[in-house]
Amino acid sequence: MQTIQFPGAHSALDPAGPQATAIKAWLWDPMYAAAVVTFVLVVAALLWAAFRRRPSGEPSTDLRHERGLTRAVGAATVVTVLVIFAVLILDGVVGHASTGAPANALRVTVTGHQWWWEVVYPGHSADEVATTANEIHVPVGRPVVIELRSTDVIHSLWVPSLGPKRDLIPGRTNTLRLQADRAGVYRGQCAEFCGAQHAKMAFTVVAEPPARFAEWLSNQRASPAPPADSLSQRGQQVFLNGSCPLCHAVAGTRAGGNIGPDLSHFASRSTIAAGTRPNTLGNLSGWIVDPQSMKPGTKMPPNELSPADLHALTTYLESLR
Amino acid sequence: MSSTIPAPAPPQDGRAATTVAEVVPQLEETWRHEPGLLGWIRSVDHKRIGTRYFITAFVFFLLAGLEAAVMRAQLARPENTLLGPDAYNQFFTMHGVTMMFMFAVPVMDASKLYLVPLMIGARNVAFPRLNAYGYWVLLIGGLFLYTAFFLNTGPDAGWFNYVPLASSQFSPTRRVDVWAQAITFTEISSLVAAVEIIVTVFKCRAPGMTLDKMPLLVWAMLVQSFMVLFAMPWVATASQFIAMDRLVHTHFFDVALGGDAILWQHLFWFFGHPEVYIIFVPALGFVSSIVSTFTRRQIFGYPAMVLSLIATAVLGFGLWVHHMFATGLPQLGESFFTAASLTIAIPSGVQIFCWIATIWSGRPRITVPMLWVLGFVVTFIIGGFTGVMIASVPFDQQVHDTYFIVAHFHYVLIGGAVFPLFGAMYYWFPKVTGRMLSESLGRWHFWLFFIGVNLTFFPMHQLGFEGMPRRVYTYLPETGWGPLNQLASLGAATIFVSVLLFLINVARSLRAGSPATRDPWGAATLEWAAASPPRPYNFAFIPVVKDLGPLWTFPGQLPAVTGIRTDVRDVLLTTLIGARPDSRHRHPKPTIWPFMAGIATGIFFITLVFTPWGFVIGVPLLTAAFIGWAWPRGQDHREQMSVEAESALGVSPEVPA
Repeated sequence: MQTIQFPGAHSALDPAGPQATAIKAWLWDPMYAAAVVTFVLVVAALLWAAFRRRPSGEPSTDLRHERGLTRAVGAATVVTVLVIFAVLILDGVVGHASTGAPANALRVTVTGHQWWWEVVYPGHSADEVATTANEIHVPVGRPVVIELRSTDVIHSLWVPSLGPKRDLIPGRTNTLRLQADRAGVYRGQCAEFCGAQHAKMAFTVVAEPPARFAEWLSNQRASPAPPADSLSQRGQQVFLNGSCPLCHAVAGTRAGGNIGPDLSHFASRSTIAAGTRPNTLGNLSGWIVDPQSMKPGTKMPPNELSPADLHALTTYLESLR
Repeated sequence: MSSTIPAPAPPQDGRAATTVAEVVPQLEETWRHEPGLLGWIRSVDHKRIGTRYFITAFVFFLLAGLEAAVMRAQLARPENTLLGPDAYNQFFTMHGVTMMFMFAVPVMDASKLYLVPLMIGARNVAFPRLNAYGYWVLLIGGLFLYTAFFLNTGPDAGWFNYVPLASSQFSPTRRVDVWAQAITFTEISSLVAAVEIIVTVFKCRAPGMTLDKMPLLVWAMLVQSFMVLFAMPWVATASQFIAMDRLVHTHFFDVALGGDAILWQHLFWFFGHPEVYIIFVPALGFVSSIVSTFTRRQIFGYPAMVLSLIATAVLGFGLWVHHMFATGLPQLGESFFTAASLTIAIPSGVQIFCWIATIWSGRPRITVPMLWVLGFVVTFIIGGFTGVMIASVPFDQQVHDTYFIVAHFHYVLIGGAVFPLFGAMYYWFPKVTGRMLSESLGRWHFWLFFIGVNLTFFPMHQLGFEGMPRRVYTYLPETGWGPLNQLASLGAATIFVSVLLFLINVARSLRAGSPATRDPWGAATLEWAAASPPRPYNFAFIPVVKDLGPLWTFPGQLPAVTGIRTDVRDVLLTTLIGARPDSRHRHPKPTIWPFMAGIATGIFFITLVFTPWGFVIGVPLLTAAFIGWAWPRGQDHREQMSVEAESALGVSPEVPA
């Protein structure tokens, strides 16, 4: 199993790609600076106005004051308008730069489900299609255009380190352009309230050098190797004879359910239950037996298995690389 | 005044009295509150209804605040188990629904229904029975919502109630139906209050109070009422669409059958964004009143202030799409909404600059209400800055639906509305109750609240950047969000203590506060010419207004209208723009029918949650109640409007009592 970087980097202020960088450098940084300056000026003016020492006997209103005040208020208003124009221009520039779909972009389809992410790398034939869940691998330095769909309610895909979020809306297809310029694991999470387990609908983006990505993709496209040892073989029987195939698929077997995540290369993924726990044997066993305590409301039913069956099943699942 | 009011003329009939000693006993008798519970229910006095409206809304504020406190306790540490997802989702939905629909809008409605007639020198609102009806509808709606919540059927799809999550497929229980019907009650009550205030301001102003001599608070309430009038029908439509989708399987929002999920968002936010300004605009009125009184000068730039209020209202309808920047709308279209969202900062800025100019050029007294105003500016502008930031589409797409937004709108709504509201409570409490609140407890309340709010919400900006989405019942320890959440929860506890101090202050004051004079702050506007608390008829004589500050222009003695009958509930109507006496109007007496109509409305909507037969039960009941309401009751009512007023009116330099 690969080293687990759990839960992965996740900060909009520590950008790892051009979209997130543009938002931080061209929008947040200047707007934050302007806000701090304006805040200090307004609060200073307010406190000075309220607590300034007043010459005794100064009339509370006179016409010369009023003219001066009109100028001051007018000037402050003009400055406000100018600052706002500056924001509008920055917004347009950044917005223009972070949209569009370049020709060399990698295309990925992500479908939202309550409460997990189906990730498909499309291909020209069935052999070239790779399906996984809750983990999006991308090559470093190459634009990625993600097609977003939903089968149930509205979700929203967001990777703070990489940039903007976009909703996954039933009946529509949205696209989102992202790019990672630094290798690493980035955490993402559903940002649109989507029901009971909105809180535990996370995923990871794994950005790796192009060669490693290509290797990963070709592995994902292939069926997993059949179980080699007797324990794994028994585990496969537990899997296929139990209720698992009703919802889950494993390529190369008769398990073809599409209600839950595709498990063909389950062991290659770093988390289980949509980023809820690191993918370890212990977590997996707990999840299979009693998913409701880890993620109350999840559509995964509890499973009553003998310890031996459970051990065999988890061994099988952790062999699916 | 002779240009607007003719010289004193002999009373039209022998019953019209002309001196305080003559009129007061008659007025006391004519406008007398009926005793007992039935009298309380039948009351159509805007002050009694306004007060109970306010208390009701404030109780909802406390309930929603407690819900927030429980949520903050749940989020204080990662993977906490105080609330599970099912309970948490009800809690955050109830918090939003209660704060927006049961507290913020009703509390502003309550304030305007209480204050506006007093500030414009009227005896009551234009339609006193409708006013009572609006209150009962709100109360029943709130009781219904909370009964459902205590029965574990509280709404749980968010106050925004997005489809398809809120469709019967994904929310099969009654929880969303409760949402849809509960907010219908608020829609009705705030529409009622809006119509009430628009007509009251247009037709019931004291003679001489032309539009440019209306206090800024009255302008704010007028503008807000128009916003309600244009915004509420959208959410009423939307909530009825979803109720029908769920109840009788229409398919407005059913994607599989040609409906649309985004349609809901357009309908909801076309209401939902103006809603923010519906809450904010009245608060601007509070601020203007307080600043003017405690600097002892009129607000600098009155025309700019009025135009800013109107500009805010108009622009407020042009930026709903900025709630939908992540839905993938075309970029060009989005940029219009960016521009509109940025532009609305300008009128807010102008008003803040004008207040600062007012304070600078006046002689400020830093009383507790004034402290709340200073706190308002400091807190609100932080929310204003983040508001400008999230007008930018790419920036918003980073922080949308994160704790950054939670921080933003709490700064705007608490800073922009709750701070001025607390200021208003300290400011008008003596008028409403006849007792002063303690200044020292008030200062403790202010500082703890100010610190608490900033401690709670400032760290949330950072949490948003660090990837924490809204509406999550828990988070993993590995995310590193624990410490900032703990800080926010500590802030929530501080707010809790501060509000407790306020309640103690109110309780002590009601029991043993020092009695308030008629005008304890030395204010300029007409409500301070009435007794503290005001008598049922507000003023012995309807005052005549010459400028923005009648009590400063005529200290101790206001010109007043004579010749209005005091042995019956006669009120004076004036013209819309010039406020010239127009006609007299006979006001209704206390009646049970608004209450009955409220009950019928309640039965109608609540049965509709369970069965379409609600129509068959509700419509006849409602019809019966309205027939009872409108039933002609002899002389009293037929006489109204038959009297032409102007010739009978006079001006007398009396002190109204």
